[in-house]
Amino acid sequence: MDWIVQWLWLIPVLPLVAAALGAVVKQRQRRLAAFLAISSMALALTLSCVAFVNALQHSGQGSVVRQTVDFFWFQFGDTQMSDTALRLGWVLDPLAAVMLVMVSLVGLLIFIYSLGYMAHDENFARFFCFLSLFASAMLGLVIANSLLLLFICWEIVGLTSYLLIGFWYHKPSAAAAAKKAFITTRLGDLALLLGIVWLYSQTGTLLFYDGGHGCLEQSALAKLVAQTTGLGMGVSTGIGLLIFCGAIGKSGQVPLHVWLPDAMEGPTPVSALIHAATMVAAGVFLVARVYPLMAAHPVGGAAVPGALQVVTWVGVITAVFAASIAVAQTDIKRILAYSTVSQLGFMMLGLGTGGVAVGMFHLITHAFFKALLFLGAGSVIHGCRDEQDIRRMGGLRKLMPLTFATYAVGMLALSGFPLIFSGFWSKDEILHAAHGWSTPAPFYLGCCGALLTAFYMTRQVCYVFLGESKAGVSPAAEARAAHAPQISLSVGALPPDGGQAGCLPHSPHESPPVMIIPLFVLAAFSMLLSFIGTPAWPWFQGFLSGGSTTGGLGKLLDPQVLGLMVLSSVVVFSGLGLGWWLYGRPSMRNADQPDALERFQPDIFALLKRKYYVDEIYEGSVIRFNTWGARVCDWLDFWVWNGVVQLLSLLVVGCAWLNRSFDEYVVNPGFDEGCRRLTKGGALMSRFQSGRVQTYLRIVGVALTVLVLFLIWGCTAS
Amino acid sequence: MTPLHCYLLLSALLFAIGLAGALTRRNAIIVLIGIELMLNAANLNFIAFWRYGPNPQALTGVMFVIFSIGVAAAEAAVGLALIISIYRHCRTTNLDEVDSMKG
Repeated sequence: MDWIVQWLWLIPVLPLVAAALGAVVKQRQRRLAAFLAISSMALALTLSCVAFVNALQHSGQGSVVRQTVDFFWFQFGDTQMSDTALRLGWVLDPLAAVMLVMVSLVGLLIFIYSLGYMAHDENFARFFCFLSLFASAMLGLVIANSLLLLFICWEIVGLTSYLLIGFWYHKPSAAAAAKKAFITTRLGDLALLLGIVWLYSQTGTLLFYDGGHGCLEQSALAKLVAQTTGLGMGVSTGIGLLIFCGAIGKSGQVPLHVWLPDAMEGPTPVSALIHAATMVAAGVFLVARVYPLMAAHPVGGAAVPGALQVVTWVGVITAVFAASIAVAQTDIKRILAYSTVSQLGFMMLGLGTGGVAVGMFHLITHAFFKALLFLGAGSVIHGCRDEQDIRRMGGLRKLMPLTFATYAVGMLALSGFPLIFSGFWSKDEILHAAHGWSTPAPFYLGCCGALLTAFYMTRQVCYVFLGESKAGVSPAAEARAAHAPQISLSVGALPPDGGQAGCLPHSPHESPPVMIIPLFVLAAFSMLLSFIGTPAWPWFQGFLSGGSTTGGLGKLLDPQVLGLMVLSSVVVFSGLGLGWWLYGRPSMRNADQPDALERFQPDIFALLKRKYYVDEIYEGSVIRFNTWGARVCDWLDFWVWNGVVQLLSLLVVGCAWLNRSFDEYVVNPGFDEGCRRLTKGGALMSRFQSGRVQTYLRIVGVALTVLVLFLIWGCTAS
Repeated sequence: MTPLHCYLLLSALLFAIGLAGALTRRNAIIVLIGIELMLNAANLNFIAFWRYGPNPQALTGVMFVIFSIGVAAAEAAVGLALIISIYRHCRTTNLDEVDSMKG
């Protein structure tokens, strides 16, 4: 076995060490904290690349090569039986290798970007500590060969997500968003845990691959498929669905998507790293990892396994649902957040219809261009002095040309602009898979989602970068007043950077190079990645599935492939064109001018703007029910349990009172009286003890006389 | 020969004088002298009863008295040492003032 497989654990442990050291670094030592985090991440990236090369060398042999290292964590129950031992381990296979490189590369770039973005934050060291902890847990999640280890890391990334969303915890909205994210994902995690327990009870192992004995390998799957639960559903389907619930929570699928847009309260690098590129993709990765379980179905069963059907439908519904919400949002980060939800839906759709390679390809390409978009948005926000409302931006194309160029790349990649942008190929792959699926509905919905994606991205870019600057118009001043505490925190700490900023304190400016360079690297990847998964050379797909790459330019001319490519290009162009026609063509001069769609269809726009009232529905149903339940519990607590406890305590108090009065009125006086008597007796006796020798002598003399007289009297009497 | 009762009367007189001295005097040394007198009265009784007893040849009475005088000497020494010690402690030999053992 190669040394890199043996030492694979170093990849997550290095950032963990950096986080541990970062936790004890003083807040003042900014350079040290940043150096620790970035150097550990760079080392992790180097090791990841070595691991990737190793996986490359083992690929192309017809089947997927999985190199695993397992170890005993602890033993419970009978020590003689090996299946009572809990084993953890890590695995190096193409899936893990691809994710490792993606997570560490995007992570490193975002760490570097954070240097610039968080430069004025007072809790700089804490930020890097949390980021390192997150990177560590995420890398651990990727290489885990045990569902349990994966779950542990899964929970740690949830924790760091909570910590980082609530990083500016002095903002009530950030604190609320952090709680919302934590609690909502916890719902999914509960189901995931149930799935894990169920899986363990059925197969007796949580290792994915264990030389034929792992829970994703043939023997265990055959056992799972053979059994059915009460409703006629296969056990494998049931477990798969429970595990998918965890993915729903983490990846923000409908109906648990509500936390992800709110999570944008965190710092923008966090949004980019955790809530766009990596952590939310963990759900997709989980489904990809347990794909054999999801795809297992009895021989005589339905053509498509039940679990995959659910994955597909949830994915496609999420994709369209979130994309339509994104159309009506005005917060630059919120649009991207809904876009993330939508793209995650696309990934699920890809997994459900096309398998691991299709979903994962979109995951990887999406990670790069969405991180790029978020970092670009961060650059815009940084340049506009914490303005996030796209209606108050505009004209930034001239003021921030570098940001605009990279943002445009990201936007075109996300929209799926044909041929040279990665998003086109990965989305095309998904649509292609959906087209071949049993029912056509997901395909049409997917096309619809692609159209909406192109549309809302065009709308956003038109608002932010094109047209005239609207920052100086009066509503912005009001907004600044509303955001006053937040701005005074960040702007107040800003040193006057150059004369230009001194004269025009609110004029947008280009970001420092430390923020721009990561943008360019990500932009490059957003384009380059397109060439590893085209139908002409489906290297990525071949790598993940272990087969050899068969392709050729001729594949592109296959009528079905070509037709789909043309169709998706038409969809993208119509989305872009529609967006341009509505938002780019008429120049928007006033920030309060109603949205083009709002003039056209105010009701629908309001519905979309309020996010289909999902939050309100939850507020009215789940939260009200919860409040009601809490109130019932409170009532029970106050009247019933409190009463019982009070009664008991009264009883005890009564007993104690009786005891005390007995003590006070019987025992105490008796004892006191006895003591008094004793003292009196002692005083009486002490009178005899005069201390005068002669008195004693006198007594002795008298006694002697009496004795003599008594004796004499006795003698005479006898 | 002087009859026995004369000796007994003398010894009773000695004893009474000693007892009176021991009980009435305040000075510790006088009290000690009184005690010695009472002791000697007892010695005189021993001698007298021995001399007029049934077997005057055996020197029992004399032996007893010699021992008794020896013991009395030792007792006087101890008593005087005590008195000196008390004197040093209390700066007095007046027994009425030495009452620190009073209850």
